[in-house]
Amino acid sequence: MKIHYYPGCTLKVTATQFESSAIASAQALGVEMLELQRWNCCGTVYSLANDDLIRQLAPIRNLIRVRNENGNAVTTLCSMCLNTLKSANLLINENPEKKRTINAFMDEEEDYDGGVEVVHLLEILRDRVGFEEVRGKVTQPLSGLRASPYYGCLLLRPEEIGIDRAESPTILEDLLKSMSAEPIDSPYKAECCGSYQTVDKADLVIEKTRDIVSWAARNKAQCIVVSCPLCFFNLDERQKDLAERESGTALLPVFYFTQLLALALGLGAEVCGFQKHVIDPRPLLSSKGFI
Amino acid sequence: MKLTPYNNASTAAITKRALVIGGGIAGMQASLDIADAGYEVVLVEREPSIGGHMIQLSETFPTLDCSQCIMTPKMVEVSQHPNIRLMTYCEVEDVTGDVGQFDVRIRKKAAYVDREKCTGCGLCVEKCPTKVPSEFDLSLGKRKVIYVPFPQAVPPKPVIDAENCRFLTSGKCGVCKKVCEVEAVDFEQTDTMIEERVGAIVVATGYDLYAKEKVAEYGYGRYPDVISGLEFERLNSASGPTTGEIRRPSDGKVPREVVFIQCVGSRDREKGVPYCSRICCMYAAKHAMLYKHKVPDGQAYVFYMDIRADGKGYEEFVQRGVEEDGTLYLRGRVSRVFQHGDKIVVWGVDTLAGKKTEIAADMVVLATAVVPAAGSRKLAKALDIVTDEYGFYTEAHLKAHSVESGKPGILLAGCGQSPKDIPDTVAQAGCAASKVTALFSASEVGGSLLDLPMRFTASKSLRE
Amino acid sequence: MEARLSHATIHSDFVKKVEELSGQDLLACYQCGKCSAGCPIVEEAEILPSQVLRLVQLGQRDDALHSKTIWLCASCYTCVSRCPRGVDLSKIMEALRQIVLRKNLDHVKVSELSRKEMAKLPPIALISNFRKFTG
Repeated sequence: MKIHYYPGCTLKVTATQFESSAIASAQALGVEMLELQRWNCCGTVYSLANDDLIRQLAPIRNLIRVRNENGNAVTTLCSMCLNTLKSANLLINENPEKKRTINAFMDEEEDYDGGVEVVHLLEILRDRVGFEEVRGKVTQPLSGLRASPYYGCLLLRPEEIGIDRAESPTILEDLLKSMSAEPIDSPYKAECCGSYQTVDKADLVIEKTRDIVSWAARNKAQCIVVSCPLCFFNLDERQKDLAERESGTALLPVFYFTQLLALALGLGAEVCGFQKHVIDPRPLLSSKGFI
Repeated sequence: MKLTPYNNASTAAITKRALVIGGGIAGMQASLDIADAGYEVVLVEREPSIGGHMIQLSETFPTLDCSQCIMTPKMVEVSQHPNIRLMTYCEVEDVTGDVGQFDVRIRKKAAYVDREKCTGCGLCVEKCPTKVPSEFDLSLGKRKVIYVPFPQAVPPKPVIDAENCRFLTSGKCGVCKKVCEVEAVDFEQTDTMIEERVGAIVVATGYDLYAKEKVAEYGYGRYPDVISGLEFERLNSASGPTTGEIRRPSDGKVPREVVFIQCVGSRDREKGVPYCSRICCMYAAKHAMLYKHKVPDGQAYVFYMDIRADGKGYEEFVQRGVEEDGTLYLRGRVSRVFQHGDKIVVWGVDTLAGKKTEIAADMVVLATAVVPAAGSRKLAKALDIVTDEYGFYTEAHLKAHSVESGKPGILLAGCGQSPKDIPDTVAQAGCAASKVTALFSASEVGGSLLDLPMRFTASKSLRE
Repeated sequence: MEARLSHATIHSDFVKKVEELSGQDLLACYQCGKCSAGCPIVEEAEILPSQVLRLVQLGQRDDALHSKTIWLCASCYTCVSRCPRGVDLSKIMEALRQIVLRKNLDHVKVSELSRKEMAKLPPIALISNFRKFTG
């Protein structure tokens, strides 16, 4: 199958390993991700103010690009992009008046009809490819890898946007199981990492990272698995900051789920960009014989 | 819903015999009151024994008298009353006719035991080799497949749980039949239908608890030491699975820190029900107190939003729990409960102090909402009476006709109409019984009773 | 520690503005505190998120707008998903931030951030932070 793909800015800058491993894995599973020829930043956070329609233009414009390329659906990898695109879509579909205002404002573009479906790559793997199919394509089972999935907020909340049950999601666990990895359940898996507070209130994020990582370490997880580049940054970079403050803190590598998937599918470390990680995951992977 | 008044005739003859549906405290009380007034009663209970939820309780607020001590004599009285025909393990299927002359079809469920022949010796139960979770103990304990739900059951005669019986599912075993000296075990038994004509009906089908499996943020019922209020009653009950010792389900340890959470599902219009369940404030106060009596060095916490203690002696009871038993009340809702090692972590808030709170508890007790008993809607349909959007039976008028359904001759009692405590239930049951006996003391039906449907309509429009 | 209450305060333009920007019925909140009980940033806050909402219910404009809590909120939607009254507190927090930001009062001064830190941060961190905290 082919699906349009909206990368968003971070996938082109700090999270290139997320993109390369995702595209390669999807390809190996028969999913061709077609990057939109033209796209713009989605705005990263959905504006929650009622009168702030101008900030909805960015995600809507991206959905119009999908339409321009005759698409009915678009996939994305970043949780924040998923949230803005899906939320703007919902706003348009639930508020005909706001839809008219937005369309009238963008007079140089075609009207947006609200009909583009926004799906996360995880949903494609679950609902279209199927985890059993994934299991069948695994050539390098990740046996013995104890991985703690971390969903963060925006894959799950708000509930009308989320891709799994907000209080007890399993989509990452199910994917990990299909690769023969061992998921380690954590009560912190849907607790916020502090998100954008990392810019001006890093201490707050370090505390959140401590909760998330120390639980995982205590429960003998060897790594943490995420989908959001901001969660990734907070858990990777801020974990290092935490370790610098407090000696003796265990350092757990953080992975995008697509990096583990690429390894499991036998696509090799080349598409995984492990050198970009602050906490180097390669010693763990080589100790397991995965690279 | 058809609300046309009973036929066009102005009067009708009355069969002076009542049907009471449900054998909990409401149905038992209504039956006894009608029977004592000299009229015949058919009491139908779908479980193998009467007693309802009240017989599951350990002690009752605000007097802390033992529930079984109140119930057992009453249950015996019901079974021995010359005017009461007790039909347990039976369900009302269909009702036709109107006030004075209802024709009722009752399904007598196959018990696979001739309960007339059975002497209640208990040998079959003793010898049955298969154990399954006990409904009466809310799966905290086990029962046999041929079983009497609890020791004081009335009648003290067993039934066979067909789904789990080895003989009925695979043709093997049959030990119960072999040991029964009076040959009461009958694997060929089938459901039978019984017809009864009655002049009035009291509907007293009671409540269920909102399933803790529905409460996502408290773990969807997957942590064994997060239990419901009714489960706590069984843990605290001398006849319960721990013979009344407070031991948590996971490992049998005595919990040192216990958190009671009120309004679980109640007053939650988003995920649960919007109404107040009325009994939880008091039973949480009672639970905390009873816990402290049994575990003097333990600490009980109660998360509450408002304490609704409006019955006689209730406020004093709550304050006694605070002052004498050291129950710590925390004003706020709990956001999350999760397992952490062998602790249950409770993230709550004390809005009075303005602090988020974290308690590493050993056990958590959820005061889950009172909801109508399963099957209430179906029964309402058979009776041609109205329920509200939650399935509670709707009274003809909330104030002026609070025990009458919209249909003449059908009265309401207990939690099937709305959540209520035991004193209110008993009072309402007595009131329903008096309406029945008033009807029976007339020679024929007529007059104002027939106006009820119109009053019903008026009360509906008032609320809207 | 005193709030002067009157019909005028509790129905002030400020209260109306919060309702308008958030689209929320402020009186739907019955102050159970569940939002605060599950809030991930509450350890850092001086007043609880539910208290911020209470201050708005009481028309206490300055107290609400000066609370650190509105700037600690990370829009994680945990409160929204668990509120028994269907109140979207994340929108109320946004409304309060917007009232401040629209007076040209930035919470984050971009020029004061460390260049070195900024170079490490992913674009989504910077953009979202500036969208939430600058006018």
